[in-house]
Amino acid sequence: MEGRPSRSWYLLLALPVLGLLYPPLYARHDPELFGFPFFYWYQFAWVLGAAVLTLIVYRATKRDP
Amino acid sequence: MIAAVVQEAHDTNTTALVIFVVLFALVTVLGFVAARWRRAKLEHLDEWGLGGRSFGTVITWFLLGGDLYTAYTFIAVPALVFGAGAAGFFALPYTIIMYPLVFMALPRLWTVCRAHGYVTPADFVRGRYGSRPLALVVALTGLLATMPYIALQLVGMQVVLGALGVSGDWPLIIAFVILAAYTYQSGLRAPALIAVVKDLLIYITILVAVIYIPSKIGGFGAMFDAAAKALPTHTPKPGALLPQGPDAQIAYATLALGSALALFLYPHAVTAVLSAKSAQTIRRNTALLPAYTFLLGLIALLGYMAIARGIKPSNPNFAVPDLFLNVFPSWFVGVAFAAIAIGALVPAAVMSIAAANLFTRSIYKEYLRPEASHADEARTAKIVSLLVKVGALVIIVTLPTKYAIELQLLGGVWILQTLPSIVVGLYTRWLHRWALVAGWAVGMTIGTLMAQSQDFAATYPLDFFGTKINAYTGIFALTANLLVTLVLTLVLRRTAGAADAADETRPADYDELTEDTVYPQPAAAPAPVA
Repeated sequence: MEGRPSRSWYLLLALPVLGLLYPPLYARHDPELFGFPFFYWYQFAWVLGAAVLTLIVYRATKRDP
Repeated sequence: MIAAVVQEAHDTNTTALVIFVVLFALVTVLGFVAARWRRAKLEHLDEWGLGGRSFGTVITWFLLGGDLYTAYTFIAVPALVFGAGAAGFFALPYTIIMYPLVFMALPRLWTVCRAHGYVTPADFVRGRYGSRPLALVVALTGLLATMPYIALQLVGMQVVLGALGVSGDWPLIIAFVILAAYTYQSGLRAPALIAVVKDLLIYITILVAVIYIPSKIGGFGAMFDAAAKALPTHTPKPGALLPQGPDAQIAYATLALGSALALFLYPHAVTAVLSAKSAQTIRRNTALLPAYTFLLGLIALLGYMAIARGIKPSNPNFAVPDLFLNVFPSWFVGVAFAAIAIGALVPAAVMSIAAANLFTRSIYKEYLRPEASHADEARTAKIVSLLVKVGALVIIVTLPTKYAIELQLLGGVWILQTLPSIVVGLYTRWLHRWALVAGWAVGMTIGTLMAQSQDFAATYPLDFFGTKINAYTGIFALTANLLVTLVLTLVLRRTAGAADAADETRPADYDELTEDTVYPQPAAAPAPVA
């Protein structure tokens, strides 16, 4: 990687925060998934989503030796 | 006398008790052996109190996971879900949005602390703002917020001991004396090593639980149906499967945000972060730690499984222990309960070490013995870690558990008030040190009064020019704190005689994107000339 990595990658990390801090977005029952109401599986899905985004940002801002 | 809140009559379960004692003995041995692990001179606070800042990705993952997701969490979150439903599930968004915040702020904190040998957040504030009073305020807040948190770990242990049919205070006292002894001897290395065992036990227990229990209650669909039917009938406050209406939803979101902001300001979180060997270790870990969040979500669902299984505990705290006793064979109950009890030891150890570091650096060295050597610091911290644990034990044995829970809730509100000094300080020192002290005082006062007026419920119904906003008390207090800090900073910056004190850190000290190897070991003495 040339020079210093850009911290603008950090903006990706705002996505889980936005996706979770407005409950009207997901406080509903349908659609269900594997018996889980939407409210529950949506939040479980964000656990994985946030981890993947963090990994992407980590890779993108890692200064290679 | 053990407080009535967690008292429940259970028969003694011998098989479970034997497994429990064996596993407990195993981690006790580990705790003492830890002193020999990566052998170092433990007569230095960097070594005793931060494990030599040497932990790699794997140990940091276990230590942070074991430290942040405490035994009390494992009891209280499903208990809340069992009683109130969706409201208790805020623990999931809370521990999801925490990591983006950690990712941005804590590697920066690690980097500057490494460069200057800071051991606590208060050390950093002292160096950054050149203000002893501000550092003292940050240290005292940390101590105040940590004490009841340690006490609550004992509640987690009390619950599983009670469920095993063990009564009286002595088992708890024995467990804590053992914990105190190996923490004294091994420092942060003890919880780091024990965390590995604890977390493996927890993962096994929960994976077995979420595969096996649904097969006995007709699957997840039937579980949610049973919860949807039962929750609205709960007294005195009906629960709900989904947070309905603005009151419940604002409370949900602000509790998630406020708790996420508070958690990584706690001294025990910072201690575990600073013990990592590089800023990159912490950055990598924030992508890996959500595995614990997933686990916590599954643990929360245990509350619904208890409902579906028709568990009727005398106290919601016993929902999960009673569920396990109901569905699992005795030997596996022993494993599961040991996981929870050992789960109390790791955070209790890290918290007492963090409190000891704070006292040693910000009070002992700063005000009592400025000439203290590294060995003096380490010795003081070891003794303080003992005193802190005795204090927590006395709180739990003599006061009703209710007070520990209320104090812990206040602790979260209090620790949030150090956010402007610590987190904003990582980016700019524009905020004036005296404005920060004033904002802190306002936030502490407002937060405490609000919580007290609501009988220590987590939320406060604020009347904002005719609109009622029902949100987490900590967020209101932090808002007031920030407003006062901003306005006073503007005033002080226009006033003569409010000049900034010296900043001993340099901009380069904050570059968390640097290589792992950039910093030389500050502890390494120059080679003696023969």
